[in-house]
Amino acid sequence: MAKNILVVGERKGGALRKTALEALGAGRALAAKLGVEAHAALVGHQVADAAGELATHGATAVHVIDDAAYGTFASETYAAAIVQLVRDGDFGVVLFADTSFGKDLAPAVAARLDAALATDVIELAAGTEGALTVVHPIYTGKVNAEFVLQGKPVQVVSLRPNIFPVAAGNGQAGRLEAHAVAVAKPPRAVVREVVTAETSRAELSEADIVVSGGRSLKSAENFAILEQLADVLGAAVGASRAAVDAGYQPHSRQVGQTGRVVNPSLYIACGISGAIQHLVGMRTSKVIVAVNKDPNAPIFQNADYGIVGDLFEVVPAMTQEFGKLLGKN
Amino acid sequence: MKIGVLVKQVPDTETKIRIAPGGTDIVRDGIKMIMNPYDELAVEQALLVKEKLGGDSTVTVLSLGPASTGETIRTALAMGADRGVHLKDDGFADQDGLATARALAAALRTEAFDLLFTGKMAIDDNASVVPTAVAEFLDLPHVNLVQSFDLAAGAKTATVRRRIDGGEEIIECALPALFSCEKGLNEPRYASLTGIMKAKKKAIEEKDAAALGLAANQIGVAGSGTRRTRLLPLSERGKCKFIEGETTEAVRQLVQLLRSEAKVV
Repeated sequence: MAKNILVVGERKGGALRKTALEALGAGRALAAKLGVEAHAALVGHQVADAAGELATHGATAVHVIDDAAYGTFASETYAAAIVQLVRDGDFGVVLFADTSFGKDLAPAVAARLDAALATDVIELAAGTEGALTVVHPIYTGKVNAEFVLQGKPVQVVSLRPNIFPVAAGNGQAGRLEAHAVAVAKPPRAVVREVVTAETSRAELSEADIVVSGGRSLKSAENFAILEQLADVLGAAVGASRAAVDAGYQPHSRQVGQTGRVVNPSLYIACGISGAIQHLVGMRTSKVIVAVNKDPNAPIFQNADYGIVGDLFEVVPAMTQEFGKLLGKN
Repeated sequence: MKIGVLVKQVPDTETKIRIAPGGTDIVRDGIKMIMNPYDELAVEQALLVKEKLGGDSTVTVLSLGPASTGETIRTALAMGADRGVHLKDDGFADQDGLATARALAAALRTEAFDLLFTGKMAIDDNASVVPTAVAEFLDLPHVNLVQSFDLAAGAKTATVRRRIDGGEEIIECALPALFSCEKGLNEPRYASLTGIMKAKKKAIEEKDAAALGLAANQIGVAGSGTRRTRLLPLSERGKCKFIEGETTEAVRQLVQLLRSEAKVV
């Protein structure tokens, strides 16, 4: 008998993350193809609102572990709890979003269950007899690889953020099921403090629009012109490795092979030459705009729109023009 | 303190990757192999801990791979690691991350390591599976994406900073434990000429699947829950539309196109 799908949700600052709804959307699509149900799981403390959101976005049931013992994330306790839910519900597929939460839990859960595991997946399909087929970028995004999951009773998959469409709200609510899973042993790795980056900006890997700068910005101060454009667009700010190495931006904003991979609807590359090491971090962006003084910069071969010009003139002009368009002036 | 480091040999990051005819592998000719850059961070961190502790702390480097992997282990020895263990068996070919983690765990289980370091991810498979899976198979706590590492006095715990989306967590972890290394943790040293000379005399022990107590159904494709079937090229983008003219006008046109044509604003 075909088994149901469990989508593991994640919260940030108490609210359900958009990536959880992307995973739920993918889970529902897969469930429809396999003729099974898509359920969701949420572990934490005071999770009622987020659990409700999963229920009203198409999860047939939301399995909730709501306990002070899970108030702070710990890989050991969360993995054990999720494994218990998978066993109790006899799920055949477990989906995570490939966020830092999912990067930690997907392998942990798969190892404990002796499951098949595919991570950072950009395409997901049901193959023959319910075995999943996935596509995952390898060699730091220079090529895509197709994998088949096989031979194990449970298949665990983590999905790259910003690729799969968010599950649509469907008005009807799935049922909420409370579960109690006691923490068997206190975790050995304990979070003492969480330091959030001081910004109201969208997080780079989830952002819908990214404005990014290269070494041509010439200084950290000059990045202010990109920040202003980002403010108007509600965008995240990224940087090339050269700009980060030169000290203009922190490593947390680096986009590329040794930095973050982003997948926004719009990527505006300002003064970035477009070396392959940068491209692999943003080439799946839906639309790429490049601004560069050099008409032969490789970035233009990978952009949809290009302006050959001085970014110190073009970027402020974009801020003005987008401001007008979006009524922000 | 007994410190272990897991490393992998991978194609150079600068490598031009082409899909070989047949579509199941990349063209291997002319590819330079290097130590996975994130594993360099792991070797460096192990050496820093050993140097800080002094005494009779040792650093052991372990790697699973074909014959050429020996070069990468030798590089780690040249950086200053004390001994190497090379997990080598034709039967390991084409196995997935969990199978490799199982084999590495089998090797690690025979020795009582106090501290394990490895890179967060290999730049060839980009899977980020082995570090967590090895820790799980050994029932050790782990922390991934470590950007700073501080061993407490008495060496019973370590305090680390782990990168999370939009910030950092400061975590205190009881030892023994496994830590996966993120860029920014340290600056890996280059092997000195003396180091390279000394490395020639250091031992690299080879172990095959049988020596690790692994059955045929635990290795290779038979031991894997995922099987790679083919490689697919990336989809190409169409030609770039250059918007010419004076700045204000060009930008005005661009913004209009982004709204009306591309529909992204």
